[in-house]
Amino acid sequence: MKEKNKLYTLLVYSENVAGILNQITAVFTRRQVNIESLNVSASSIEGVHKYTITAWSNEDQIIKITKQIEKKIDVVKANYFTDDQLFIRETGLYKLSTDLVMQNPEISRTIRRFDASITEVNPTYVIVMKYGVTEDIINLYRALNEFGCVLQYTRSGRIAVTRGTQEQVSEFLEERERQHG
Amino acid sequence: MRDRITGSKALMRALKAEGVKTIFGYPGGSIMPVYDALFDYTRGEKKCFDHILVRHEQGATHAAEGYARVSGEVGVALVTSGPGVTNTLTGIADAMLDSTPIVVIAGQVAINALGTDAFQEVDLVGVAQPISKWSYQIRHAEDVAWAVSRAFYIARTGRPGPVVLDFPRNAQVEEIDWEPVKVDFVRSYVAYPKLNMEAVREAAELINNAKKPLALVGQGVELGHAQEELKTFLEKADIPAGRTMLGLSALPSDHPLNVGMLGMHGNYAVNLKEQECDVLIAIGMRFSDRVTGNTKTYAKQAKIIHLDIDRSEIDKNVKTDVAVVADCKESLPAITALLNKNRHTEWRDSFKELDVKERTKVIEPAIHPTEGPLLMGEVVNAVAEKAPKGTVLVTDVGQNQLFATRYFKYPEKRSICTSGGLGTMGYGMPAAIGATFATDRMVVCFMGDGGFQMNIQELGTIMEQQAPVKMILLNNNYLGNVRQWQDMFWMRRKSFTKMLNPCYEQIAKGYGIAYEAVTDRANLAAAVEKMLTTKGPYILECAIKEDDDVLPMTPPGMNVNDMMLEI
Repeated sequence: MKEKNKLYTLLVYSENVAGILNQITAVFTRRQVNIESLNVSASSIEGVHKYTITAWSNEDQIIKITKQIEKKIDVVKANYFTDDQLFIRETGLYKLSTDLVMQNPEISRTIRRFDASITEVNPTYVIVMKYGVTEDIINLYRALNEFGCVLQYTRSGRIAVTRGTQEQVSEFLEERERQHG
Repeated sequence: MRDRITGSKALMRALKAEGVKTIFGYPGGSIMPVYDALFDYTRGEKKCFDHILVRHEQGATHAAEGYARVSGEVGVALVTSGPGVTNTLTGIADAMLDSTPIVVIAGQVAINALGTDAFQEVDLVGVAQPISKWSYQIRHAEDVAWAVSRAFYIARTGRPGPVVLDFPRNAQVEEIDWEPVKVDFVRSYVAYPKLNMEAVREAAELINNAKKPLALVGQGVELGHAQEELKTFLEKADIPAGRTMLGLSALPSDHPLNVGMLGMHGNYAVNLKEQECDVLIAIGMRFSDRVTGNTKTYAKQAKIIHLDIDRSEIDKNVKTDVAVVADCKESLPAITALLNKNRHTEWRDSFKELDVKERTKVIEPAIHPTEGPLLMGEVVNAVAEKAPKGTVLVTDVGQNQLFATRYFKYPEKRSICTSGGLGTMGYGMPAAIGATFATDRMVVCFMGDGGFQMNIQELGTIMEQQAPVKMILLNNNYLGNVRQWQDMFWMRRKSFTKMLNPCYEQIAKGYGIAYEAVTDRANLAAAVEKMLTTKGPYILECAIKEDDDVLPMTPPGMNVNDMMLEI
């Protein structure tokens, strides 16, 4: 039986050189696996970049994808995780019609209920921001959309840190430097 | 005193520092400064390179591959930008799949013209990235020493592979103060994973308890220079060993533990025994679909031990019980030390009956036919019998490859050059050229009429260099392998596999290459003898039976034990 797809998060650390993103995405493209979200930033280690990538896949395939990414010369480490192994945050931005928000007090109540914040108001639109886990952000969108007040909606890429206590990447690099002397 | 030189000269010095002796190349617009610098390094007092002018850039990469495969060194190709380097892509992909260390250096437009669709501009780093081990653009002359050294380090270490250097014109002409750089460490790249002794113990225990162990030997053994370590390992525990096509010379073919070639057209016994062994030890091989057939049924009864230097190969195609991720030069002796001396006489004897079956039904009729037109197997056998010990076999792709690899002999290491993973027609002739620059051993190259014409322009290189390639053209006027599949699986509808051939004798004459044709069995042995004793390049054209089929065969996707001895 075919294994059911799950949402996996890959944390990839690479040297800060041009073209790595292309190399990483090519591993997904080759297997026609869609990247759900992507975030790239500097990591806590100097000169090392961190990629947080989510994709729907099965474990067999995600293992292969992870190994193929780690095999790239300038990739330092690649690991895959399920949601329970990570502390995850995403941000949602919702641009709502001011008129509709004013007309329907349920909208404001919904925003409060979801613990979202209103960050800008003008006569045309209201900007609402929500940070949290994926599900909450999507649920808020669905709830607001019911009111027909959403002008624009966008969701950030996921950022995540592992729940484990070990900092694998810095240890790995220290070990490598030590071996090299 | 400052040592001020151009980026092009820096490239020469960097290549020299890496021990490069031979460069296969083709000049063009955006690599001209490098070619100008090269001129001085190929003659007179400063001479340190031989530059072999090929006739097409694809030829340069295959020649570099042939050179690398036989010498164990890194092969080098030097080409221009745009079409020059897109022509090399097939060779780069070929080297990637077959773990062959080559460095391709290509000209590029100056960095201020990048992205403007300048003349002969192509995004080389972008296109080469998925088919190379590393691709890098040397944007300034001061990067040359570092980039070249890193390129060679990456190409030759760990699981070897092709590296591509994109060299924009501005970096070729900029002047710098020369400072040599030696790269022997890349912190993000673990070339040689640390041997896990726990895995070694588990592997040894499985092998010690095995009643029917079977080893599968791949090219990794040759790449790891572990031919002797392999022999000691096999002999101590008395393990019969099959070899992949690329691993054919990793274990001498006359070694008593050699049980033949694996795969779709490999030997019968070893294919069937993969489904009967209790412990399967894969060494430096990657369970290609051409070896495993249907992976759902492949060796399900066996515990599988996989020795590989490349972690990503573990569990990729076949699930492993024990993975030993390390250089086999290190892992094989570590396991051997924990092995009990053993004998598996009964198990080894059980191969014999199947061997006899294959010999009677397939091999004898293929290599010793008595009537009808010439067969490919008998030509290969005739060459194998007369070729001096240590001859290097180069093949093209198709039936010529399958017959040649089946019936040739490999008493010495590094004796086989063939395009296994990519299956590149047109590989043979240029790879054979490359091989002749790597060794004084004899180089024979089997080609079909299809592949011969795919890089036929390299006859020009052979002529100019007088490269002593003994070319055996197995001409059946068909794209034979596809024709065989059409006959077997496509209702004998021979869609575009019959070919009208040119007069090869006139072509040979045009290039001034010695030529002889054989149509009659009675003349074969003498013709082979003449080819092997004539100095320099030679074309022996053999008129082959049109519908000669390669057997045995496991139809694609079928179980390895469904191997057919006859159609």
